[in-house]
Amino acid sequence: MATVTSTKTAAKPVVGSGWPKPPGKNGSNGNGQGRRFGGRRRFSKETYRITVWILLAAIVMMFAALASSYIILSANPEWQPVRMPGAFMFSTGLILVSSATMTAARRRLQRGQSRKYRGWLLLTLMLGVAFLACQLKGLKQLVGAGVFFSGNPHSSFYYLFAGTHGIHLLGGLTALAYLASRSGKVLIGEASEKRLAATDVVALYWHFMDGLWVCLFLLLWFWK
Amino acid sequence: MAEAIHEEVHRHPAPTGFIRKYIFSIDHKVIGIQYILLALTAVVVGLVMSVLMRLNLSWPGTNWPIMGTLFPTGAPGGIMSPEFYLSLVTMHGTIMVFFVLTTAPQGGFGNYFLPIQIGADDMAFPFLNMMSFWVTFVGFVVLLFAIFAEGNATVGLWVSKLGESFAAGSGTVGPIGGWTGYAPLSALGKIAGPGQGAGVNLWIISIAIFCVGSLLGALNFITTLLNMRTRGMTLMRMPLTCWAWFTTAVLALLSFPVLLGGGILLLLDRVAGTSFFIPGGLYVSGSLVPLHNGGSPLLWQHLFWFFGHPEVYIAILPGMGATSHILSTFARKPIFGYRAMVFAIFAIGMLGFFVWGHHMFISGMSPYSAVAFSVLTLSIGVPSAIKTFNWLGTLWGAKIRFTTPMLFAIGFVSLFVAGGITGLVLGQTSLDFFFHDTYFVTAHFHLVMGVASIFGMFAATYFWFPKMFGRMMSESLGKFHFWVTFVGVYAIFVPFHAMGMVGMPRRYANFGEYEFLKNTHSLVLFVTWAAIITAAIQIVFYFNFFWSMFKGKKAGDNPWEATTLEWGIPSPPPHDNFAGIVPEVHRGPYEFAVPGAPKDFIMQTEPEGAAVAAH
Repeated sequence: MATVTSTKTAAKPVVGSGWPKPPGKNGSNGNGQGRRFGGRRRFSKETYRITVWILLAAIVMMFAALASSYIILSANPEWQPVRMPGAFMFSTGLILVSSATMTAARRRLQRGQSRKYRGWLLLTLMLGVAFLACQLKGLKQLVGAGVFFSGNPHSSFYYLFAGTHGIHLLGGLTALAYLASRSGKVLIGEASEKRLAATDVVALYWHFMDGLWVCLFLLLWFWK
Repeated sequence: MAEAIHEEVHRHPAPTGFIRKYIFSIDHKVIGIQYILLALTAVVVGLVMSVLMRLNLSWPGTNWPIMGTLFPTGAPGGIMSPEFYLSLVTMHGTIMVFFVLTTAPQGGFGNYFLPIQIGADDMAFPFLNMMSFWVTFVGFVVLLFAIFAEGNATVGLWVSKLGESFAAGSGTVGPIGGWTGYAPLSALGKIAGPGQGAGVNLWIISIAIFCVGSLLGALNFITTLLNMRTRGMTLMRMPLTCWAWFTTAVLALLSFPVLLGGGILLLLDRVAGTSFFIPGGLYVSGSLVPLHNGGSPLLWQHLFWFFGHPEVYIAILPGMGATSHILSTFARKPIFGYRAMVFAIFAIGMLGFFVWGHHMFISGMSPYSAVAFSVLTLSIGVPSAIKTFNWLGTLWGAKIRFTTPMLFAIGFVSLFVAGGITGLVLGQTSLDFFFHDTYFVTAHFHLVMGVASIFGMFAATYFWFPKMFGRMMSESLGKFHFWVTFVGVYAIFVPFHAMGMVGMPRRYANFGEYEFLKNTHSLVLFVTWAAIITAAIQIVFYFNFFWSMFKGKKAGDNPWEATTLEWGIPSPPPHDNFAGIVPEVHRGPYEFAVPGAPKDFIMQTEPEGAAVAAH
């Protein structure tokens, strides 16, 4: 059994006609690069991307469940539509702009302009906080109009969508704050690559949160 | 061939303290065993509940003094009340589905063996892995707490102080709505009956926590499998177990968020006064439900079953993976149709998302949707038949080694066929109208998803025990355990089909009042005795498990002469699995009886040519 022979001479991969096909260079399917362990685990950009995409798939499923509940209940004859509070329009504008600033931050980092990167990042963070404040304002306007969490589903969905989206956005804000706290440092080599990859996936998450809110907003506004 | 690594710095060094080593460990192997122990604990609770249910069905009105002492309200004078029986049904289902059938096959064996089989030193996110186990554990504790909150007057009084919706101490052992918790009764609170106050709240909270734990696990499994395979481990060289765990993780990732969303809505209906599942003008227990309108009880069924159907595949797919793996190993033949097996398992998983409506044929859905759901449901028979055919093809003409894991794997195939065949009956709308909510359904899902999955787990336990603990389990005890369990489960669940055909309804606490069921009483008694014997015999398994852990015969690295990566390392494996040496994979996972090879198996790590040259 030649499982754990540790001779360097035999380490050259002998690629034969193993079924079903010989592995490509470096493993295949973009995987299994023969990650070295025992030593420190090599940084992989792919891990960041795969993880965030998988996470987004789970979030999509949860909001799909909530949104389809909304659509099903809107067909109920007892459905009582509620007017969209003004603050929600404003907050939607804010989060759209924050996506643009996030893209700008990422571009700056790719070009190595770390001071500008920091600026855009902080701006995104502030827009995110402003968005959440604005959402709260919107809910307050609803309370002022006598629309509460309890009661007919359409009013509950305002609170539910704003709340669940807000909780997910808080995760994004935490990630942004973490990036911002490290943005002053000049990083080289693997650390710099890592930061670039982290910024990429935070941007991905942020754009997703933006798109998600726009969908929920349009649903609440027009589908009633 | 392997490659030595000269850097000796470990990514996370082996922990030395007891707590970091055995309790809050981030080692996937320890976490896997923790999951298995959790399931071994939970299954005892679930099994005791099922025996209690059988006792109540067979000898209604009998005084069981111990029940009277433990549950003075739920079983006054030692006689179980119908509500008590219903709460047993609910908790038996919930505990078995979530904390046994979901934890052990995926969280337990998947955690332990997926990283090793793909040649990784650990999961992609070891800390997240630890979190997923402990979150799941908290979910289980919350569910157990529901038993005491409802069953014990003192604890119940304390819980009732949490708020109006937390009325507790009803004397049951939990909610009475079944593991499906259908709205609107589950959404209303205590007016819906005993156990429907704090019992349902804790039940929802427990399941929501479980969802989070499973999601963390699924995230880890998928990332690990996609990104941590060792050199040469292409997708099509993975053992079928890895494909099964991967498919299961995808199912969990996409279905648990839906249950989490549904659970949140249900809890809000109960504690925040919303009306997602409560329609206006609803009368319950003779009074109008105030302050609620605009909800839909059917919405809950859609949300629940959209999760619920993939969930049954989450339970059984790992069993299919283990069975394929074990059949090939002990038939000493390559698995028949590896590629077809991979596509079939994925097809079963994906089709599972489009068939939830077959649980709701009698809900008044449009006949057109019912036909669509029916056709899709029946189409799952195709990949299932492919799998069965390939299992039989693997066994065909083989010199089979009838070890205990092999017996359980063959038992799995048998149960999967026996239980699956009635799926074709229940998938027809017209037949389901008659069989819905009868013992026929209970027979179907217990055989195919309950017992078959359990057999897959038993096979996996006997198969991998030597690797996990370095010792063999007793073969003679194992075979005794197999034969009694195998005959026992058929003796329990085959009569269920007959009862269902007669029209015996599920979830009824007592059949004595129904003239048309009078004749079935001897059958009910037969099932009960079979259940008691089968349940008692599991003590042999527990004894074998814990005794062999310390006193079993020492196992070598590869006692079964198997080919995959876990058998090339010491038993039990070292902290980082491969002791710093990266395995390199040169061939598929099931190279048994290769013509011209000196041995009848070739390890995945053996390079081309070396197998012959070595001798």
